[in-house]
Amino acid sequence: MASRAEFSLRGRQAFYFALLLAPPLLWLGIVYLGSLFTLLLQSFYAIDEFTARIVPAFTLATYRQLLTQPAHIDIIVRTLLMAVAVTLAAAVIAFPVALYMARYAGPRMKALFYVGVMLPMWTSYLVKVYAWRLILAKQGIASWGFEQLGLMGALDSALEVPVVGGPSLASSYIGMFVVFVYMWLPFMILPLAAALERVPASLLQASADLGARPGQTFRNVVLPLALPGLAAGSIFTFSLTLGDYIIPSVVGAPGYFIGMMVYQQQGTAGNLPLAAAFAVVPIVLIGLYLALARRLGAFDAL
Amino acid sequence: MTPAIELRATRRAFGSVIALDSVSLTIAPGEFFALLGPSGSGKTTCLRLIAGFDQPDSGTILLDGEDVTSTPPFARNVNTVFQDYALFPHMTVAENVAYGLRVRGIAAAERSKQAVAMLDLVRLGEFGARRPHQLSGGQRQRVALARALINRPKVLLLDEPLGALDLKLREEMQAELKGLQQRLGITFVFVTHDQGEALSMADRVAVFSQGRIEQLDTPRELYNRPQTAFVASFVGSANVVGREAARFLTGSSRAFAIRPELIDLLTPDETAADGCVQCAGEVVDVLYHGASSRLRVRVDEHTTLAVARAETTGGAVEGLAAGARVRLAWRPEHAVPLQD
Amino acid sequence: MRSEPPRRPSWERPSLLTRVLAAAGLVFLHAPVWVITLYAFTTEDRTYQFPPPGLTLHWFDVAFARNDIWESMRLSLLVASAATLFAIVLGTLAAFALARRTFSGKESITLLFVLPIALPGILTGLALLAGIRTIGIEPGFWTIVAGHATFCLVIVYNNVVARLRRIPPSWVEASMDLGARGHQTFRYVLLPQIATALLAGGMLAFALSFDEIIVTLFTAGHERTLPIWFYSELFRPRERPVTNVVAVVVILVTLVPILLAYYLTRPDEHSHGN
Repeated sequence: MASRAEFSLRGRQAFYFALLLAPPLLWLGIVYLGSLFTLLLQSFYAIDEFTARIVPAFTLATYRQLLTQPAHIDIIVRTLLMAVAVTLAAAVIAFPVALYMARYAGPRMKALFYVGVMLPMWTSYLVKVYAWRLILAKQGIASWGFEQLGLMGALDSALEVPVVGGPSLASSYIGMFVVFVYMWLPFMILPLAAALERVPASLLQASADLGARPGQTFRNVVLPLALPGLAAGSIFTFSLTLGDYIIPSVVGAPGYFIGMMVYQQQGTAGNLPLAAAFAVVPIVLIGLYLALARRLGAFDAL
Repeated sequence: MTPAIELRATRRAFGSVIALDSVSLTIAPGEFFALLGPSGSGKTTCLRLIAGFDQPDSGTILLDGEDVTSTPPFARNVNTVFQDYALFPHMTVAENVAYGLRVRGIAAAERSKQAVAMLDLVRLGEFGARRPHQLSGGQRQRVALARALINRPKVLLLDEPLGALDLKLREEMQAELKGLQQRLGITFVFVTHDQGEALSMADRVAVFSQGRIEQLDTPRELYNRPQTAFVASFVGSANVVGREAARFLTGSSRAFAIRPELIDLLTPDETAADGCVQCAGEVVDVLYHGASSRLRVRVDEHTTLAVARAETTGGAVEGLAAGARVRLAWRPEHAVPLQD
Repeated sequence: MRSEPPRRPSWERPSLLTRVLAAAGLVFLHAPVWVITLYAFTTEDRTYQFPPPGLTLHWFDVAFARNDIWESMRLSLLVASAATLFAIVLGTLAAFALARRTFSGKESITLLFVLPIALPGILTGLALLAGIRTIGIEPGFWTIVAGHATFCLVIVYNNVVARLRRIPPSWVEASMDLGARGHQTFRYVLLPQIATALLAGGMLAFALSFDEIIVTLFTAGHERTLPIWFYSELFRPRERPVTNVVAVVVILVTLVPILLAYYLTRPDEHSHGN
């Protein structure tokens, strides 16, 4: 008797559980996963060159097209290089901010910094991109600033550098780089600050006690223990840069980035399979990056 | 002889809380010294000032005669064993132990050799390749010890070293620390709230209360001749008899302390020896402690005396329960007069 | 009770360099927003000249008179409301289902509930577009809502489930012990606890939907939400300062709910459970 009541209670709980989970699961499963699957499928289709229609037959032709055309490789490499550069720069800029926030700021300063970092993070993405267009424009604040500091010469030489330079900051890779770093900076600061905060003070004291000067303590104790935070932040900056298509179209040199290709191929070019193939590239790259980070022991201290 | 450590009128306050109130003390080289007191008494602040993790608001700190008040911790010849051991989780045990040598630029081969020697000293020679999280609490503590000793400091500071260990392990470590100190011959200063620990290990003890040193003495003196009511009750939990009760019991209105084991329980037909102070009272409760029992006896409206009785003498205690009327006696010389 | 950190020894204070760099980083993060706010008041309408030749409120009037802006704003508000509503219902259901139970496959399902915000936006956008094209429906209002609802759901879910997990199971047991039935426990014990998390999640979802551009560009068809309007202005600006004015308005409309959501989920940690 007890087992029957028990069974029916469990059965009822299971029923309610299924009832609760079903709608959201169905939605995500069908709409979201379904779409993702459709996309993946599309990448294995190809465009018939004559009819410009999608031929729903399994083929690797689109991937071959993706990986063998030099123009396509250019795009992928360009995006990858930008992602790496942005990640490095963001890590360097974020470190002092995160360090101060996590270990030196008093309670009020800390709260101020946290809000101060999160506020720009939550400000409208488009508005921020647009703001940088203004700032980097030929007669905008950036130029004005350089002029005031007497550094116009430096700016001009920087813009003369091949590949990364351009007619103005707003239409050069340098400008694009700056905007990317700005956009993702909070995503690097926050996990880094969290990791730094978790380092017990006694470890730093022990290091000093054993004779390490502050620089040595930083290198030997703080940095290794901050690594998981850096790794987490870098995943954000890396993947966000890889997949972005708005910033390269609004700010920067004419060269194509992966995101722009995706957008363009599905739109005017009508080549959904190629767009899908391009969209898969960031995923693969991020996966490789994660594996590399894991292998290098970035997550060991966790 | 130059003291190993000297504090002169050191003061440290945190906001409105005075952690150390103009404390002065001297520790001789080779001493096993204890800073004893309840939490918040200032003993840990004192230790941190000696180590260099904090700076006094006023006063000086001298190590081996040299003023180190403005010297950072990495420049002081003092090493610390932390309460939470503070082992670096991202380094192996051997790397942890060798750390002090590494930051001084000693070559890897030499470091490795010395680290192994150190680990052997604390009987963890086989554990070099492990990581801290793989060790037990007692093992971690010994690693922390080895790490702190590798720099051959003149002074070793220990912050509540035995707090996290269970009873058996604690007793073992007490003996081990004492032996180690004697072998190495360096000054050990440790912080504890456990008076039994302080009494059993230290050569001299400084009893802290509310930022001040109440008494600085050898364990024996502290126990037998406490100078203040606080020391009397904190070290060995003596009975503290205030002025009023003293007048009632002895005639003189000087406050005094008397150890529970020094109070005799008289059988009904026994008479006290000549000159003894006597009084009568009612048993409140009896607590059996195995080797001894502890009775609380109410002698007047406001005063209860604790009486400790070894179980071997038997007789007088057996059969006593709450409510029984008893007579107590003690020698006047066992009553230690207290300062106010 | 306020407690200032104790004065540190001189060798533990942050170096001047650290402090300057930290402050510089913070200023760098905020400067662009201040800049664009300034530009909303400039009199110059042809270039992005700095310093602005003059300040005026004129462009606010012009902006308010523009119908296309109001249309887009209306659409965005509608989309955000619909998506948020959808997200609150489904997100809460999912949160209750997944908060405590363990079952085989839970890890994969939890992963599923993180994917929409973890994967790059183009992927979500393109996938949804591929899905739409495959089914053969016309992109429009409902496809936009569908796209937004997907990641809004996930945001609400994450907020609510975090709160639910912090409620000690003994509360539910105590409620049942005292005779409450399922829905009563939900209404009297659980709902008040998750109310703020729900509100916060909803506001976050609203703000995110209002500001969404990446996925929306794929699923909008001919509809123009405010971000889409904004985006097209970036390439073919009609009146530059008007764009700036709209930018300022967008900042306010998205920032306010987010700040509220933040304050709702922070101080509450002290007033609830634990």
